[in-house]
This record gives sequence, C-alpha cells and structure tokens, in this order.
Amino acid sequence: MLTGLAIEGLAVERGARRLFEGVSLTLARGELLTLTGANGAGKTSLLRAVAGFLRPQAGDIRFEGQDAEDARAESLHYLGHQDGLKPARTAWEELCFQAQWCGGTRESAKAAVEALALQPLLDLEIRKLSAGQRRRVALARLIAAPRPLWLLDEPMAPLDAERRSGFGALMAQHLQGSGLILAAAHDPFPVPGRTVQIGASA
Amino acid sequence: MKTFLVLLRRELDLAWGGGGGPVLGCAFLACVTTLLPLAAGPSLVRLAGFAPGAAWVALALASLLSLERMFERDYEDGALDLLATGPLPLEAVALAKGLAQWSANGLPLAAAAPIAAIALGASSTSALLILACAAIGGLGFAFTGGIGAAVALGARRGGVLIAVIVLPLFAPPVIFGAGAVGNFTAGLPWLGGLGFLSAYSLATLALAPFAMAAAVRNALG
Repeated sequence: MLTGLAIEGLAVERGARRLFEGVSLTLARGELLTLTGANGAGKTSLLRAVAGFLRPQAGDIRFEGQDAEDARAESLHYLGHQDGLKPARTAWEELCFQAQWCGGTRESAKAAVEALALQPLLDLEIRKLSAGQRRRVALARLIAAPRPLWLLDEPMAPLDAERRSGFGALMAQHLQGSGLILAAAHDPFPVPGRTVQIGASA
Repeated sequence: MKTFLVLLRRELDLAWGGGGGPVLGCAFLACVTTLLPLAAGPSLVRLAGFAPGAAWVALALASLLSLERMFERDYEDGALDLLATGPLPLEAVALAKGLAQWSANGLPLAAAAPIAAIALGASSTSALLILACAAIGGLGFAFTGGIGAAVALGARRGGVLIAVIVLPLFAPPVIFGAGAVGNFTAGLPWLGGLGFLSAYSLATLALAPFAMAAAVRNALG
C-alpha cells in the first residue's frame, strides 16, 4: 500500500536544456501538493518523471510502502493535458475500459458517472463532446478505479466554474480517504494544500 | 488475464471500427491485382508464372496500410500514458495491439488473397494453401510492422518511415510464402517453405512485443 512519495534532488533535462534541478519534496497521505511555475518550467516533466515515463538526470523518486514498479502499475493515476479518450468510441465504452484497465469494475464506473454527472453524455461518441465534457469523462476514471496517488496536470483547465467546485469536492473526498494528490496548476485549487514552485527559484 | 481480455477487446474494437483496416486493405489488394495484368500484358501463361510472387508483394504492401494507426493515435491523444500506467506491462499492450492488427488487417487480407492469386492466374487447387500462408504470414507482417510503427512514433512523416523500416524485414515471409505456393503449383516439395514461414511468424510473435515496448517507452520519455 502506497503511503507516501519522497523526491530528492531531482533534475530533469529536455533536449539540451535543464528544466530544473535540486527539487525535493515529500507528499504524505491526505495531502495535496500543487506545483506552480511559469510555462515550460518543468511541471509536466516532474509529473511524468514520477509516473515513470521520463528518466531524470539526477535525483531520486521514492514511493513509500511500495516499490516503484508496483506503485506505477497499481497505485497511481496519471492524467496529463490530453484526455486519452478515443474519438470514435462512446463515453461509456471509454470510461468502462479505463476503469477496468486501472483495476475498477463496471459498478465502480457507474458510481463515477454519478459523481461527475455524466449520465447525459454516456451514449455520445467522444468526438461529439466539448473539451470540458471530455475532461469530465477522463476525470471519472479517478473515481471509477480507486488508486491512492493522483498525478494531475492542469486537471481543471477546461472546466467551468460549477464543475471546478464539483471536482474540488471530489479532491477533498479523496484526501479525506488518505489519498495523495500531486498536481500542476496555474490557478489554486478550491482545496487546502501546500504549493511548490518549480523552475528558476526552485 | 481478465485485464488482458479487456484490453484486447478495446484494441479489436479500435482496429475494426472507424472506417478502418479491413475494407481499405482489401480494396488496395484488389487495385494492385487489377493493375498488374495491365502492366504485364494479357498473356495468361506469363501471368501465371509470377502470380504467387505478385500476390505476396501485394499482400506485404497492403499490410503496411494501417500500421501507422497502431500506436500513433494512442500516442497523440494521450491514451498511451494510460496504457503505460496499467497493471500489465507495455509488452502485453504491444501483444494485444499486434493481435488486433492481425485480426483486422491480416485475416481479411488472407481471405482475399486466394481470390487475388487466382485472378492473376494461380491454380485454384492452391487456394487453401494460399489462404493458410497469407494468414500465417499476416501474423508476421502485423508483429514486424508493429516494431516499425513503434519506432516511428512521434516522427514526422511516420507512415513513410514505417514502410522504409519494415519492408526489408518483410523479405523472409515473402520469400517463404511465395516459395511454398510456387513449389506447390509446380508439384515440388512445399512443406519446408510453409514451415519456415510459420517459424518466422511465431518468432516475431514472441520477440516483437519486447521491441515494440522498448520503442514505446523511448517515445513516452
């Protein structure tokens, strides 16, 4: 069971450019840590390094209570800028697949439909949804397949004000249930948490 | 295992759906089969001489058509991130994608191959062998092609790059497959060719997922 995340002295390069170095942070159960920083500062790269997509040039990423490979296969959700949904399939087909792929069931997918008010969208093909609606379908997998660590890259960018506060409530609920959230964002979340600035001053 | 089946069902759905692979591949095969006699002249004897070979080249080219979709779309829309943080390793994802590619491209082409070969002048007694060879060879095309598709991920003009990477690797199945059919027609021993073709396809089935997964990891970073 994943109980925490500790990053020490992390440095990441993209191309020939060093995005950041010496980034250290810890994240414990029930905590939200927001990464801020200018465009191109490396927020996304840090999240991708934690998810295991990108190999850092220096430093250490430690998952507490679980080895890294298992944690990445079973205990984290990575939700990047893109929604990862297939245009030709319906919202329900995609949600069901994503839920089952991440360890959930059709029943838990139904619960996620309730939580994100997706009922009217279920039979529509993804290509017919707006950016905000697609994002809500993508966010639903966080609820449909319970995994402790959420890595979110600007999760609320396409959402309207009402959906933002709705998703804030889901984040708060996840934190209350001992979840961990590491998120990149320009605007603060409607949930209390710590903030770390990435880039020049980090 | 259950998770793999969930994944396989998604891959089959994506490979078969969306106006995709099977129809386009078979139409391409029909076009090549029609053009060949126009270029080579109407002499049936001459056509029959190279019918098995020509049918195999057409098959190999038709197998290229939907390769670009194998990984590129998941890469572009972010679905590959999701697949990479799942309970199964990327090797299993690559295996599912290869099988789906075979089912949506290789098998329909195999069904069309005997018709194309006979239209070019191959004897109708060889139809069953052509079907078997094309189905087995199609498995090799799908998995070898998958390596090219994964290596070309994120590259500009990826489709052309895939063809250039993959076509030389298609040489063994083309040689073995066309050889088996040619020998059968000529009344010579043909089991050896079929055996080598099967060995090639099984080897790619076993090895290619590792190469595809390594290339995908590289592209994600």
